Amino acid sequence: MSSKNYAAGFAASLTLLAACTGGGSDRVLLQNKGSDTLVNVAQAWAETYRSVKPEVAIAVSGGGSGTGIAALINGTVDIANSSRDMHADEREQVKAHTGKDAVEHKVARDAIVVFIHASNPAKSLTMQQLACIYGEGGTCDTWTSVGVEVPGCADQKIIRVSRQSNSGTYEYFREAVLGKATDFKLGSRDMQGSKDVVDLISKTPCAIGYSGMGYANAEVHQVCVAKDASTACVAPTPATAKSSEYPLSRVLFMYTLGQPQGDTKDYLAWILSPTGQKIVADNGFVPIN
Amino acid sequence: MTQPPEPRRPPVRRGRGFVSLAAERLIEILIRACGFSAIFFVFAIFLFVVGSGLEFMVHRLEWGQFLFSTEWVPTSVGQKRYGTLALTLGTASVTALAMAIAVPFGLGAAIFVSEFTTGRRKEVLKVVIELLAAIPSVVWGFIGLVLINPLIIEMFNAPIGLNVLNGGIILGLMSVPIIVSIGEDALKAVPDSYREASLAMGASRWQTITKVLLPAARNGLLAAVLLGVGRAIGETIAVLMATGHAVQVPHSPLDSVRTLTATIASELGETARGSDHYQALFAIGVLLFTLTFIVNLTADLMVRGRGGSR
Repeated sequence: MSSKNYAAGFAASLTLLAACTGGGSDRVLLQNKGSDTLVNVAQAWAETYRSVKPEVAIAVSGGGSGTGIAALINGTVDIANSSRDMHADEREQVKAHTGKDAVEHKVARDAIVVFIHASNPAKSLTMQQLACIYGEGGTCDTWTSVGVEVPGCADQKIIRVSRQSNSGTYEYFREAVLGKATDFKLGSRDMQGSKDVVDLISKTPCAIGYSGMGYANAEVHQVCVAKDASTACVAPTPATAKSSEYPLSRVLFMYTLGQPQGDTKDYLAWILSPTGQKIVADNGFVPIN
Repeated sequence: MTQPPEPRRPPVRRGRGFVSLAAERLIEILIRACGFSAIFFVFAIFLFVVGSGLEFMVHRLEWGQFLFSTEWVPTSVGQKRYGTLALTLGTASVTALAMAIAVPFGLGAAIFVSEFTTGRRKEVLKVVIELLAAIPSVVWGFIGLVLINPLIIEMFNAPIGLNVLNGGIILGLMSVPIIVSIGEDALKAVPDSYREASLAMGASRWQTITKVLLPAARNGLLAAVLLGVGRAIGETIAVLMATGHAVQVPHSPLDSVRTLTATIASELGETARGSDHYQALFAIGVLLFTLTFIVNLTADLMVRGRGGSR
């Protein structure tokens, strides 16, 4: 469980408290839930928005894209955050349960960064090597099999770090790296949060893992990813994420039930404004435009 | 102190009024209801857990695969598989290691606190041990993730420190305060006359403890151990963080595992209500229920078997 979720919960209860003690009946509370990748940005948005429009409080919580979408289906959130686009069957469920269509809003760009331990000398990996490491039936279980010798790693065994299955990052990575028909190999360490992945890798020489680019820090190395063995690798940077040159670049979404109205509409418009998009960049992600 | 203290009422009155009798009756009924409510709640929870997964368990779940396959792939893009053997073995291995650590430490500490300390030192020890029980499990998990993980990597030259050993140490430490508290109560409940009689017969302190106190407090001590086991089997967040949360059959204490509880905790939030995956998680709940029931029943039978020979 990521400490971020608790922080988010705490922030949510604070905003709730603020909403309650304010006493004004015109106060509005918007529920915002979902993607763990987006949770930091969503929180920063919510905090800053309080100074823009004090009468609107936004309760932000994480839990994973799947959790946010499930909440949208159940009609318990105003805005669902997701780091992957909604499946067709989820859209149908939203329609069936709430009578409204899920409307997609692109709010930021991201690159899923492949992280390795700081002592790992690997500079680049190809998508095929990643599939060989992560995919069911893949045979790359040691660092030597991908041409690397990692100091301090017992038996050169690759320790795969992955995410829990309701994570949008997990699904996006699976689809982008393994294709639509292959599962992850069993036996990966499935972390509950993006930050947990990076924390674990920073302490484990044998490890490899993936998370949104906003979670990068100096204690782990970022892998340069090549489409295949014959093309040059591309490093995950804001520029390559924006141009989609980096093979694992993606868009981060917010979903609403039907076209947003009133305060939700204003909030989403503000998120896409230069002020809102600056917060995206401040948190290590890439503005949408 | 201007008024003189009122004279004390006599503690027992001969003739009891109707109200007093009725009140006693009422309280008796209330207490009985509380006792039975425990049974009611256990059954209600069991029915809820079974009911939530019943349709899937009856119609679509292959029990052979569920119990004996090691492949838990509920979100597969191809063939969804619901095998829990790896998870059960994960729970069993972590719990066993935790108990191997917690039982000797816990019972030893209970004996020490109960028999060898008095006064201030006893109070300080009890408070500190109970403080250990008050540490939230997420903090334990964090200790496992951040402190013990690198330690294990360095000490055992293991590829990763999130494994059975890590989870076992964390769970062991979490179970110790429960075993100490309840074990100490059980030892305290042994009448002092037993100790006095034993010492008067010329038995040493060690003999008094092993030959008199432990047998006399056996049921209470077993309850202490069982609650420790219960804590270990049922703990979720700490093991989720400390064991590595990887679906695989452990071959050594240095392998990562995933437990039954951690699987439910990490996956239930996402699943659509009533879906196969959702119901499969409730089937795991039933499995957990059954496992703890078997553990409790075995322990109970063991106690009875021994008690019968007396």
